[in-house]
This record gives sequence, C-alpha cells and structure tokens, in this order.
Amino acid sequence: MLETKDILETINMIDNENLDVRTITMGISLLDCTDEDIDKASTKVYDKICRYAQDLVKTGEDIEREYGIPIINKRISVSPIGMIAAPCQSKNVVKFAKALDKAADTLGVNFIGGYSALVQKGFSSGDYALIESIPEALDVTNKVCSSVNIGSTKAGLNMDAVKMMGKIVKQTAERTADRDCIGAAKLVVFCNAPEDNPFMAGAFHGVGEADCVINVGVSGPGVVRAALAKDGNGKSIDEIADMVKKTAFKITRMGQLVAKEASKRLCVPFGIVDLSLAPTPAVGDSVAYILEEMGLESCGCHGTTAALALLNDAVKKGGVMASSHVGGLSGAFIPVSEDAGMIAAAKRGTLDITKLECMTAVCSVGLDMIVIPGDTSAEKISAIIADEAAIGMVNSKTTAVRLIPAVGKKAGDELSFGGLLGTGPVMPIREGDPSVFINRGGRLPAPLQALKN
Amino acid sequence: MKAVITVIGKDSVGILSKVSSSCADVGVNIVEVTQSVLQDMFAMIMLVDIEKSTIELEALRERLDKVGEQTGTKVHVMHEDIFNSMHKI
Repeated sequence: MLETKDILETINMIDNENLDVRTITMGISLLDCTDEDIDKASTKVYDKICRYAQDLVKTGEDIEREYGIPIINKRISVSPIGMIAAPCQSKNVVKFAKALDKAADTLGVNFIGGYSALVQKGFSSGDYALIESIPEALDVTNKVCSSVNIGSTKAGLNMDAVKMMGKIVKQTAERTADRDCIGAAKLVVFCNAPEDNPFMAGAFHGVGEADCVINVGVSGPGVVRAALAKDGNGKSIDEIADMVKKTAFKITRMGQLVAKEASKRLCVPFGIVDLSLAPTPAVGDSVAYILEEMGLESCGCHGTTAALALLNDAVKKGGVMASSHVGGLSGAFIPVSEDAGMIAAAKRGTLDITKLECMTAVCSVGLDMIVIPGDTSAEKISAIIADEAAIGMVNSKTTAVRLIPAVGKKAGDELSFGGLLGTGPVMPIREGDPSVFINRGGRLPAPLQALKN
Repeated sequence: MKAVITVIGKDSVGILSKVSSSCADVGVNIVEVTQSVLQDMFAMIMLVDIEKSTIELEALRERLDKVGEQTGTKVHVMHEDIFNSMHKI
C-alpha cells in the first residue's frame, strides 16, 4: 500500500503548490515538405502538421483527466522553416508563418515553434529571407514563435546575424506596439540552441530528430519553494541542495509518466523530459522566491548567482535519474516578466540587467522576458545579444535573449502581456554606445573549448 | 486499473459510509482503506479497483465531488500510477 504521507504530499503539490506538467510538445519534421512553389510547400506543411497532431490536444486532455495532473499547454515544434524555405523560388516566407498559425488554430494548440533559422556559422539561402520576415510574421500571426541561433561553442558567433537580430527585435516590437509589443515576446535569439526543447518561444524540431517525437516539459518552482519553506529552516547548504534534488526527482517522475503515456497513446516515440523550473506569474510559482527562501533578502542581491547555481545544478541532478532521457534546457528559468518574485525585485531595484546577465552564466537559459526602454538602439540590442551569446559560447551552454523593447515607454513604466507571459517593468540598460563594435560584422572565432576532437 | 480516492476535511458522521456506498453503486471495488482523525481533521485514503466500474473515471470523480460537497470535505480521485511513479523507485 502507498504511504499516506506520500499521497497527501502529491495532492498538496498539485492543489496548493502549482505542480503541473507545463507542456506536451510534439516535434514534427517538415523536411519532406519542401517544394519550389511556396504555396505548395506551405500547403504540405499545414497538411502534415494537422495529420500528425490531430489527436494531440485531446490526448493531453484525456491524460490530464484520467491522472488528475494539470497539463497546461499542448504545443508543436517543427523543423526550422529557414531550411524548408530554401528551395522556394518566392521569398515571401511569411506564407509559412500563416500556414503554421492556421494549423495551430485548427488543432487548438496554444503555440507553434520553429519559425527559425540556424545561422551560427553563416546564412543559407532560406535563412536570410526568413530572418528578414520575422517582424511581419510575428505581427500577422498569433501563435507562431520564432528563434534564431546565432552562435555555438563549435562555430563561434555569427556577428552579421547578431547585428541583424538587433534590428529585427526592434522592428518586431515596433510592428506590434499596439499590442504591448507582444511580437518580441515570441522571438528568441540563441547561442547553442537545443534541438529538443519543448518550451516556447524557443522550441524547434532539430534536424537530427526523428520524423515525430513527444517531448514533455515539467515545472514546479512552487513545490521546491514549499519544500524549502517547510523543512529548510536552519539547514546547511548541502541539506538544501539535497532537498531540491529530492523534489526535482518527484516532479520529473510525474513528467516521465505523462511523457510515456502520451507517447504510447499517440503512437509517437518519446523524445525527452525537460526538467525545467519554469515560473508563472502566479504568486508562489516563482524561481526568485526559491532563491529568497534559501536566505537572500531579495533576488538580485549579492549571493543570488551562487544560490541560482546551486538550484540549477540540484534540479538537474535530481531529475536525471527520474527520467530515461533528459534533454532540452533542463534547469532553472529566469524570465523576469513571468516570475512574480523577479518582477518585485526589479521594481525594488535590487535586480537589474547586469545582475541578470551574471545569473545567466549559471542558469539554464538566458536574458529572458526583459522589457527594455523603447528608444534603445538596434546596436545596443545587438550588443546585449553578443554579450549573452559569448557567455553561452565560452561555457558550452545554451544562452538565449528575449528582450522586449517597450515602444514609447521608458525605465520605470510597465508592459502587460497577460497570461503566462506576465507583466514586465521597463528595466534601464547600461550607458555607452557599442555601435562601432557591432557594425564591424564578420565572425567571432570559436573558443579553444571548441577544439575537443 | 486502480485509483486512489482521498477524502480530507472536517470530521462528521457517515463520511466513510457515504463515499463507500457511492462507489459500490457503480461497481467500484474498495481494495484498501486507511483513515485517521487528527483533532477535527478527517483524512481517508481508499485504494479502489475500477476495472468493473460501470462509469468512466471522470464521471466517478464528479460523483464523488458531490459527496464531498454534501459532507464538507475535499475529495480527489487520482490514478494509482502517479503515486507509484513519484514515490517509488
């Protein structure tokens, strides 16, 4: 018989501590959907997605009901559209974005990712057109998410792409200025992008992946915080790390169960479980509050980077034994606008963009959901991207930048996206002009770490 | 397939009887029951076999939610596998 305390613990996690499976994401390869005629290609894209994912939402809901586990999102990731667009004679790539959006509406998924290009070493013919089209694509669609990989440890940084992405981020925000610049919240600039990430906005289906896979992203910052609040008082750091590990193990086991069940019911191979602590704006579901529970007065004060390093590492160690395949980003996310504790710390002034950049060296992603003043120059945005990508490149880890230039607003104002994307205070950025450095273009050489062979 | 029914709330007369008869009426077999009353709080956990249940799990959940409302308790019905996977290696 199961232990009473274990049963009550699980129920308490779901009822009171926001434990949930954040997303079931179906990855679909579109490599067989290419065509010289862009209209034919986008029809093939729409048809294949709708054929493969027709039961995704229903299956997710069935599992949610039968097991009593909340499954918040059902999503789709597809092969980078930059590659699919390469053979097309027309460069009106937005047609693909519209096809993806239509498929997402037909299927009832809440996001579809993969309007992406992988340009860490250079642009192929479809990539350039795709990147140029991102502002329009994110303006005319609702559910499409876009990402661009501009660097890797192996390839170095494509500084031409870095320069380009500063402009694209700014243009995307400007085109959606009437909707709180929401377009930029759906655009991620990566270094070392993972090919099996189930979380948006950066999900795409990598080229080395199977035709179709199921990836699951679990969450549960609230559960970790509650565990520390309950038993953490007076404990040493080793014991705190142990508590995080044990909690991460339990959370991931639930994700593994859902992933296996979804894979079985949909007859699609199981890919990975991504064991990320992904916060939501709900109070109590915050990564910042975990750090504060460890003993920091406010997230962002000195000690935050060390506490986050502990958390990120313990989450991985706890989760890795709980799942047969761990992948994606796996660690702690620090998206400012999506985390009640981060928002509060930013408003208090204890958390600024410089401290966030330090934190990204030890967390699982990067500068995420940060609202910056609308008059920030494209070159400055590029320079922020370059800094962040350099951290990822040198440390052989994924880093990402998702900045939202708040058009017409300045530091101290606020943008509200609603839902999981939350509310972001406009954060001041550093003075000084990096434009000469950014406008040089070219390639930043790969570090010595790349030469492992 | 087995499910775990938990009933948590303020103790009152007849909670066990109402939940178990509600199960019996739809062919849900009770395999094991543990219950404890700590001060005024009542916590009961039932392991039930729903192989021969005449209704779907979702309908059973709704049915027991009503019993929860009548008795002022919170009733959960969850698949046994969740607890096995989270708490057993």
